[in-house]
Amino acid sequence: MSGEVVLVRQGAYHDSVQLMRVSRALAETPGVEAAMVAMATELNVAVIRDLGFTVPPAAPGDLLIAVRAADPAAAVAEADRRLAALEPAAPGGEAGQPPLTTGSAIRRTPAGLVLVSVPGEHAFCEAHDAVLAGLPVMIFSDGVPVAQERRLKELAEQRGVLVMGPDCGTASIGGVGLGFANVLAPGPVGVVAASGTGAQQVTSLLDWAGTGVSHILGVGGRDLSAEVGGLSTLRALRLLEEDPATELIVLVSKPAAPEVARAVEEAAAGLSKPVVRALLGRPSPASSAPVGLVAADLTAAAEAALRALGRPVPAWPSWPGRPPRGAPKAIKGLYSGGTLSAEAALVAGQGDFVDYGDDAYTRGRAHPMIDPTLRVEALARATETDVVLLDVVLGHAADPDPAATLVPAVARTPAAAVVVALVGTEGDPQDPHRQAAALREAGAAVHLSNAQAARHARSLL
Amino acid sequence: MTFLSALSQGPPRVVTAGAGLLDEALAAQAVPTTPVAWRPPLPGTADALARVLADPRRQAANELAVRRLTTARPRLVGVRRASEALAGPLDGAFLHAGPPITWERASGPMRGALVGAMMLEGRAGDEHEAARRLAAGEVALRPCHEHGAVGPMAGVVSPSMWLFEVRDEEHGGTAYCSLNEGLGKVLRYGAYGPEVLERLRWMDEVLGPVLAAALAAAGPLDLRALAAQALQMGDELHNRNRAATSLLLRALAPAVAEAAPDRAAQVLRFIDGNDHFFLNAGMAAAKAATDAARDVPGSSLVVAMARNGTDFGVQVSGLGGRWFTGPAGVPDGLYLGSYGPADANPDIGDSTITETAGLGGFAMAASPAIVRFVGGEVADAVRATLSMYEITLAEHPAYQIPGLGFRGTPVGVDVTLVARTGLLPVVNTGIAGRVPGTGQVGAGLVKPPVEAFTAALLALADEVSDPFENGHISTSARQ
Repeated sequence: MSGEVVLVRQGAYHDSVQLMRVSRALAETPGVEAAMVAMATELNVAVIRDLGFTVPPAAPGDLLIAVRAADPAAAVAEADRRLAALEPAAPGGEAGQPPLTTGSAIRRTPAGLVLVSVPGEHAFCEAHDAVLAGLPVMIFSDGVPVAQERRLKELAEQRGVLVMGPDCGTASIGGVGLGFANVLAPGPVGVVAASGTGAQQVTSLLDWAGTGVSHILGVGGRDLSAEVGGLSTLRALRLLEEDPATELIVLVSKPAAPEVARAVEEAAAGLSKPVVRALLGRPSPASSAPVGLVAADLTAAAEAALRALGRPVPAWPSWPGRPPRGAPKAIKGLYSGGTLSAEAALVAGQGDFVDYGDDAYTRGRAHPMIDPTLRVEALARATETDVVLLDVVLGHAADPDPAATLVPAVARTPAAAVVVALVGTEGDPQDPHRQAAALREAGAAVHLSNAQAARHARSLL
Repeated sequence: MTFLSALSQGPPRVVTAGAGLLDEALAAQAVPTTPVAWRPPLPGTADALARVLADPRRQAANELAVRRLTTARPRLVGVRRASEALAGPLDGAFLHAGPPITWERASGPMRGALVGAMMLEGRAGDEHEAARRLAAGEVALRPCHEHGAVGPMAGVVSPSMWLFEVRDEEHGGTAYCSLNEGLGKVLRYGAYGPEVLERLRWMDEVLGPVLAAALAAAGPLDLRALAAQALQMGDELHNRNRAATSLLLRALAPAVAEAAPDRAAQVLRFIDGNDHFFLNAGMAAAKAATDAARDVPGSSLVVAMARNGTDFGVQVSGLGGRWFTGPAGVPDGLYLGSYGPADANPDIGDSTITETAGLGGFAMAASPAIVRFVGGEVADAVRATLSMYEITLAEHPAYQIPGLGFRGTPVGVDVTLVARTGLLPVVNTGIAGRVPGTGQVGAGLVKPPVEAFTAALLALADEVSDPFENGHISTSARQ
C-alpha cells in the first residue's frame, strides 16, 4: 500500500537546479515510488500531473512537494530535511541576516564581479544594482525582456561597465570561469562571444592545441540585434584591446543586424590586435577583415587563430564508434548548445535539430547541460533509421558525469548510430578521456570538434 | 585601469544572485563569493520594479531625499496651544492620526478620542451628544500629517491642546506633536472619562504654559543630539523613552523651577511619572526630518507610515501627499492585566514616524530592555535591526547602536526594496482597546499591510515615463 501527498508551500523559494537535486535524491530514497519537489511553474505543474498527481491550485512563487511512497509522511520529512540543508549559512559578522539583494551584497564586501542567474523576469533588478555600483555583471538568466537589456546596457555605457548577457552561458575573467566554464590554461587569446557554447568550442580546441585564453567575454545572443546595438560587443572589444594579457581576439558572432555588423566591423578594424571572426550562419557582407581571419565554423575559427599566432594546427582527436546498424537515412540533432546545434545543422546540411537549451525547454527547469532527462527521452524515441548527433559539454557547472546517464541511453537507443561532439578540456573536472571512453564503449563515435562530428554524421548516411 | 587589468591583483570576489550551482562552481575554483539569499519579489511587482529602477531620476532623487532625511537638525523650539500654532488648518476641525478617515469607518479608540475632544472643547455636554454631532459631520476630520503634525495612537488634536513645536534648523521645516498625557486611561488610547478630561484641562492650564515659559528661557533643545544619546542609553525611542525622558527632564528642570516656582514640582513630577513623555517630542523631530525628504520627483523613499485604527497608510517622497493604504493589522505583543488579543484594536497612531526616521523597531538592537515586548530575546532585536538594513537606503549618521559597533540605524525605507525582499518594516507599537473608552491594553509588534507598499510601487511605476523607450542606442553605439 502506498499513499500520495501534494503539498503547496507559499513563498518558499529555491532555484530549479537545487530542487532538481532534491527531487532526484528523494525519488531514489527506498520506499518512494515517485517524487518531485519544484516551484509551481506551469511547466512543473504539468510534469507533476503527468506523474499522476492531483495538483491543488498554486502560484508560480509557491513550492510544490509531490510524493507517492509507502510512507508519504516520512518522504515529506526527508524532503524537508534536504530543503533545510539548502538554506544558505549566514555569513560571519551579520548573524542571521544574509544579503537579500545584489545591492546589499555589494555593500557588505568589496566585490569585483556580479553573476546573476535569477529567473529572467527578475534579473533586471539584480543586474541594475551591479551596474549602478560600477561592477561588471554577467547575466546568465534567459527570458529577460529585450527593452530591459537595452536599458541596462545604455546605463552601463554611461558608467563604463561591461554587461555580459543576458542569456550569457559562459565567461572567463582572468581564469575565473563563470557559468558553464571549461578549465582553460592562461594564454594570449581573448574571446568576445555572442554564443556561450560557441566560445566553449573555440577555447576548448585552442586549449587542446596548447594555446591558452586570457578572457572570455560573453555578450548574450541578442547583443548584435538592432534593438541592443552591439553595445556590449563594442565595449568588450575595447576592453580586450586595452588588456595587456590579450594578443589576439576571437569574435564569435551570430547573424547581426546590418548596421550593427558594420559598427562592429569598424570597431574591430580599428584595433591594433588581430581579430578572428567566427561568423555563424552567414558571412557578413560588409566584412573588411583579411580573408584569413574570417571563419565559417567554430573549428575553423580556432584554426585561424592558431595560424595567426604562428602556431601549428593539430589534428583534432576523435574516437570511432561501432559501425552503424541497418541503413541510416536521417540525422537527428539533440543539442544542449544553440550555436553548436546551428553549426552542426549548417555543416551537416540536412537533418532535424532540436536545441534543448532554448528558453522553450528551460523555463522552470534546469539546463540540459545539467539535466539530461529530455535528451535521454529523445534518444529512446529515435528510430532505426536515425543517426543521432548530440553535444556533451564539460566544465564547471555542467553535469559532473554526463556519461553516467548518457551511456545507458546510448546503449539502449534504437538509432542506427550515435555521434557525439564532446566539448571540453583535459583540465575539466569530468575528464574528457574518461567521458569519451565511456561513450565509445556504449557505441557512440566521439569528436572534439563539433563540425567534424557533423561531417561524420553525414558520412554515415 | 579596467577591471580586466585589475585582475593581476588576484581573482575578484564575485557576488552571486540565483542558482546555487553557479556559486558552487566558483567555490570549486577557490574564488571567494558573496551569495545573495535571493527570493522572488512580492507577487505582481516584477514589471513595476523594473520600470521604477530604470527611472533615470531615481538614484539621484533617492540620494537627495535620504540626505535631507538624515541631515535634518530638529530642535525643540517651543510649546504652543494648537489654536495658535495651527489656527488656519484647524479652524474648528480636529486632527487625527493616520490616513484620512470618516466617523463611519473610525475604530473604537479613534471614536473615543474624538468624543473626548468634543467634551474637552465644550462642543458636547456628554458622550452621546458628542457622538451624535460627530456622526452628523459637524466637525471636519483631517490627518495630522497633512498639517505638519503627528499624533500618537488616535492622535486627536483639538484647539485647546498644547503642542511641541520642532524646527528643522537645516532645512527650515516645522513640525508639531501633542504633549504626552501619561499611561492608563488617556485620550490617545480612546478613553474619555472624567479623569481623562481633568488631566487634559490641567495640561492646558498648567503643563503647557509652564513648559512654554521654561523653553523660552532654556532656549531650543537639540533633539537629534538628545535622541542619539538616548539610543546609547538603551532606548529605541518608540516603545522605550525612559532615557530620553530623563535627559529632557534634566535639561528643562532648572528653567521649569525658575519659570514657575510654585508649580514646578507638579510639572516635574508629572514628567518624571511618565516614561513616554519624550516620545511626542521625538515624533515631532522625526516628522520634521521626514518632511524634509518629501516631494523629490522620482524618489521611492517612504516619508510617512501612519495608522488611523482602520487603515495603515504610507506616503512616498516622489508621490506628493497621496496615501497608499491597506488594512491595519492587530499587533502581536504583551497585554496588560487580564486583557488579551480579543480586546485589541487594529494598529493605530502616527508614532510609526519614528520607524520612518530610523528609530523604534529599526533601532531595536539598541534597546535590549524591551525585547520581551517584541519577540523575546536580545538576538531577535539584533536580527530585527539587521533585517531593516535590507530595505533602507542609508545608515543614520547620528543615531548609532553601541552593540552593533556604533553602526548607524537603518534609515529611509525604499518601497522597491520592500517589494524585492518581501521584508516589511518592523514596527513597535502600543495596543489600544477596541471598545471606545478602554484605553491601553498592551504593547508589541505589528506587521504593516503589504498592499500599502505594493500600491505605492505601482503608482511610482505609473509616474515613470517610458524608461525603456529612450532610444539612445544609435548615438551611443557610435561613440
